[in-house]
Amino acid sequence: MSVAKPGKVAYVNAHIIDPASGFDGPGELVTVGEEIADIGAKVFDGKPGKDVAVIDCGGHILAPGLVDMRVQLREPGEEHKESLKSGGEAAVAGGVTTMVGLPNTNPIIDDEATVEYVARRARLQALTKVYVYGAATKGLQGKELAEMGLLAEAGAVGFTDGTKAISEAQVLRRALSYASTFNFLIIQHPEEPSLANGVMNSGEMSTRLGLSGIPREAEIIMLERDLRLVAMTGARYHAAHISTAESVEIIARAKAKGLNVTCDTAPFYFALNELSVGDYRTFAKLSPPLRTEADRQAIVEGLRTGVIDCIASDHAPHDQDSKRLPFAQAAFGGSGLETLLAVSLGLHHTEEMKLIDVLRRLTLAPAKLLDLDAGRLAKGQKADLVIFNPHQGWKVVADDFRSKSKNSPFDGQPVQGKVLRTVIDGRTVFESKA
Amino acid sequence: MKDQVFPHRHLLGIEGLTPIEINHLLDLSERYIAVNRSSKKTNESLKGRTIINLFFENSTRTRTSFELAALRLGANVINMQVETSSVAKGETLIDTAVTLNAMHPDVLAVRHSDSGAVKLLADKVNCGVVNGGDGSHEHPTQALLDALTIRRRKGRLSGLIVAICGDVLHSRVARSNFYLLLTMGARVRIIAPKTLIPSGVNRLGVEVFTDMSKGLKDADIVMMLRVQNERMKGSFIPSVREYFRFFGLDRQKLAQAKPDALIMHPGPMNRGTEIDSDVADDFERSAIREQVELGVAVRMAVLEVLAKNNMAFTSAGAGK
Repeated sequence: MSVAKPGKVAYVNAHIIDPASGFDGPGELVTVGEEIADIGAKVFDGKPGKDVAVIDCGGHILAPGLVDMRVQLREPGEEHKESLKSGGEAAVAGGVTTMVGLPNTNPIIDDEATVEYVARRARLQALTKVYVYGAATKGLQGKELAEMGLLAEAGAVGFTDGTKAISEAQVLRRALSYASTFNFLIIQHPEEPSLANGVMNSGEMSTRLGLSGIPREAEIIMLERDLRLVAMTGARYHAAHISTAESVEIIARAKAKGLNVTCDTAPFYFALNELSVGDYRTFAKLSPPLRTEADRQAIVEGLRTGVIDCIASDHAPHDQDSKRLPFAQAAFGGSGLETLLAVSLGLHHTEEMKLIDVLRRLTLAPAKLLDLDAGRLAKGQKADLVIFNPHQGWKVVADDFRSKSKNSPFDGQPVQGKVLRTVIDGRTVFESKA
Repeated sequence: MKDQVFPHRHLLGIEGLTPIEINHLLDLSERYIAVNRSSKKTNESLKGRTIINLFFENSTRTRTSFELAALRLGANVINMQVETSSVAKGETLIDTAVTLNAMHPDVLAVRHSDSGAVKLLADKVNCGVVNGGDGSHEHPTQALLDALTIRRRKGRLSGLIVAICGDVLHSRVARSNFYLLLTMGARVRIIAPKTLIPSGVNRLGVEVFTDMSKGLKDADIVMMLRVQNERMKGSFIPSVREYFRFFGLDRQKLAQAKPDALIMHPGPMNRGTEIDSDVADDFERSAIREQVELGVAVRMAVLEVLAKNNMAFTSAGAGK
């Protein structure tokens, strides 16, 4: 990892993909200081001058750095699982230049001081840009509204109770209603808690393993109810990590009706199914649980059609102790930052999605949704870039992760697409050894 | 003889009143302002009449205002408070009404925490009833005193932009003001977080704003509503702090309104919650004390009209 001082840098011999402008082809990009100074098919008449550092992209893809809209930070409070430093290192290794953290830290991000604390720590410690969501309800208790207005003034980019659903209808109604006063986004973990006391998807597989199941209806019911409240309040609503075929249908219907609704999913849900739980692999214990193959296919289809707007890593780092337990007792969640791009590229390689469309869901779409100044390549824009070889294969070895936590359900799996260089504000913050 | 312009037995709400009726009540009130400011302060027009203040909900200001109004008209006044009445012993609202009715009062001034309760009671008695506030429904004498205050300061109601800010959802003052101001040709805006905006309120003819600086733009009148503290702990509003930041009236937000905009509040004020003391106590701009003063005059006019109408109804045998 080298941190170069940003002077004038020319990225040549690149295949530039920018979902915002639709640019998709051979090109060159120049940064001066922290910003993009020029971009196009041919920026230099002859050779760049001597004052310009030249980086030959070797014909590989140059795209906006990834914007990961769902990451659990663990700092403050659980630095043994992940810190802003280790999380930032993992992020840039995965091509992520901006990440947005959930408020389920300790202390919980439900006051301005904690928002500011995380922002300050992130500036000092994290290689990436870090934003946070504020709690939608005080203490994530799902009872009383949090100070959304003041949290937003301190920098919170949206509101959510993190890995917990805002389950009481009256509370969600008021949260949506209050948020819509300021046009804030409410992000829901759509899972009816009274149905979600199992440990994996409910079905044949859970029956064979003798594990208690979480029925798909937990997600379906919550989404359907929520969307009624969204229609009632006119609020902006985002469903996180949808996992069932019905969820895709429900969101598609809501969008067709003109509701202010968006959603994301995580690579787990379009790359894996419940069979990954296999022989009680706790790394595949996720929330929501991995579903059936038909669900996985429907999630892929949702991404292809655009019903699913964004892909987020849903990075949920856990230490060994939290996962080396009987399945029922193990923690939910998987490490995701370092596999986000490679697994998502599978949509291009095997599911025939256009590369630019995959990248849109990883860059421009989340940036626009959260109103972040990121996710696009344009003159004057901060130079947050990723250069990757979409074809290079490698094997996920969780033990090699930069993340403190190695709980990847993709551990041991071959993937295709390697991050070669990550640039933030014109500085190279990650360079692949290979 | 019944009042020619306002021939009604009760004043249960502003909704349904005509501009002529409203102006008439305001004109009558105007006459009593001078009486209230004189040293004698009395007028014997209701001498020998009986007014009962029947308050099922705590109140100091409104009850005192009604009581003074009745005393200054020379009437006999009884105050019945819920704590001391037989209602506390389990008597129903209708039983209370029938009992009081048997004592032949001329006018009952009634406040109740349930919307529609005053109407229910009025249907069961032979005397006049003035609504002193029912639940979140209406508070007609408050709207009349607000209108009188505005009319005296601005010379008119028609064409003014009145911004009503705060807990519109639970406010009877807001509803009575909507009806009155819209009937008189004013433009009414409400400004509140969406959690405090009643559903379908735009159908009543008011303009809805959620941003103070936009809603106050060019307003002639800024009417602040009280927000109950128990609604500020996360159910409707996250906190007092946040409410004041975004919806409390301070100099900065007030700067959007017209330079001579009048500040009003039905009281009691929560200083530092919905209004900054600096603004509330501004002698030039704040009409808050004047509202209280004119409240007595308005209630004198209303009690007088209803008591006189009641005599006519009773002698004509029109009341059942």
